Amino acid sequence: MSIFEYNGSALVAMVGKNCFAIASDRRLGVQLQTIATDFQRVYKIHDKLYVGLSGLATDAQTLYERLVFRHKLYQLREERDMKPETFASLVSALLYEKRFGPYFCQPVIAGLGDDDVPFICTMDCLGAKELAKDFVVSGTASESLYGACESMYKPNMEPDELFETISQALLASVDRDCLSGWGGYVLLVTPTEVQEKILKGRMD
Amino acid sequence: MARSLDIPTKGGFSFDLCRRNEMLLKKGIQLPSFRKTGTTIVGLVFQDGVILGADTRATEGPIVADKNCEKIHYMAPNIYCCGAGTAADTEAVTDMVSSQLQLHRYATGRESRVITALTLLKSHLFGYQGHVSAALVLGGVDVTGPHLHTVYPHGSTDTLPFATMGSGSLAAMAVFESKYREGLTRDEGIQIVSEAICSGIFNDLGSGSNVDVCVITKGNTEYLRNYQLPNPRTYVSSKGYSFGKGHTEVLSSKIIQLKPKIKAIEGGDAMEE
Repeated sequence: MSIFEYNGSALVAMVGKNCFAIASDRRLGVQLQTIATDFQRVYKIHDKLYVGLSGLATDAQTLYERLVFRHKLYQLREERDMKPETFASLVSALLYEKRFGPYFCQPVIAGLGDDDVPFICTMDCLGAKELAKDFVVSGTASESLYGACESMYKPNMEPDELFETISQALLASVDRDCLSGWGGYVLLVTPTEVQEKILKGRMD
Repeated sequence: MARSLDIPTKGGFSFDLCRRNEMLLKKGIQLPSFRKTGTTIVGLVFQDGVILGADTRATEGPIVADKNCEKIHYMAPNIYCCGAGTAADTEAVTDMVSSQLQLHRYATGRESRVITALTLLKSHLFGYQGHVSAALVLGGVDVTGPHLHTVYPHGSTDTLPFATMGSGSLAAMAVFESKYREGLTRDEGIQIVSEAICSGIFNDLGSGSNVDVCVITKGNTEYLRNYQLPNPRTYVSSKGYSFGKGHTEVLSSKIIQLKPKIKAIEGGDAMEE
């Protein structure tokens, strides 16, 4: 059993027209036993920047706290919020620092940059960045997510259509993974508003 | 207590999670596989300089994690480096040496030399005894002429007129050995490089997608990103999937309006005394 399959997770982020969506499942388990069905995997860094952390839940929470700490210091020094590209470099550096004893986490970063251009990126547990223009996936359900997103994704989707597409891709993929599921949590960010929605999924 | 404070460290690796990870290994939990760039990377020297080439597939075990990643990394305006091996290691080591070269340029006031980059890379990799798994093809043109080197993860280097690295290196080397000759022109060189990369893309499972080429000559560098796209996606349905609004069952939803940030204007009306 791999360390990434200890807790189970599914994360996906997609780019739309001047907006982005980031979604995760809600199950927290200890190997095959489910212990929570409302676990939060997507965290807010600032109004237009969110990070989802898949993998070992304890490392995800620790890493989130370190990232928020570094961002708050940055805000105090620079008197502004971090750009998504800068934040991605920060996460990459923090992960690579632990090259020989890594955090067992695979982050998915999604944000709106200057001029509200959406930015998404994912990394492996050592911080190797993968910038994508369409979608990024992470977690135990990643193989199914790759397949579902490849077929369902279309470029330049409006927020409503993007929400439907990312939800369907997530729900279809977690249904094929024992370790993730119990509903979905979708966050859709446009330049003017943030929509948080909780999806009804299979409860097995 | 300095240990519990998370002050940003001065750089270098931190080993504090190693003990915990050792404990997990003993309990029978396997460590994760890192993203590797399976890869075909090549370089050759032609009459005016150096041409580097790379494929664009990044793999995570048997899955393709990135279909169009960049494997030709910037080191200096006249030096570029292709990387194979663990993706995080190649990115980190090339970024680090690139910064060191920039500082060196500021200190000396001169254009960087390829041999400088080579020495910085090999000393770093040798120091970590091969644990930093980066296999590199380094090429560039400086005052002493065009240079092409390969660097292995343990720190050994070779200086060659043409070189290939990565899992697709045998496929690419077959093309080079039959077609390479000294004194190639720019177009001939690019043609041979893209044939070698295509050979890796089609014959090696760890390499795929597109061909990136970088041509470095004295005073000029051209980075031809996605020079060839021999693997277009042909199975897309013209209709695609379209889910109507309200298709997904939603339990609860919360909408937060984002407030526009208020900017303070300099030189506004002063408050009346």
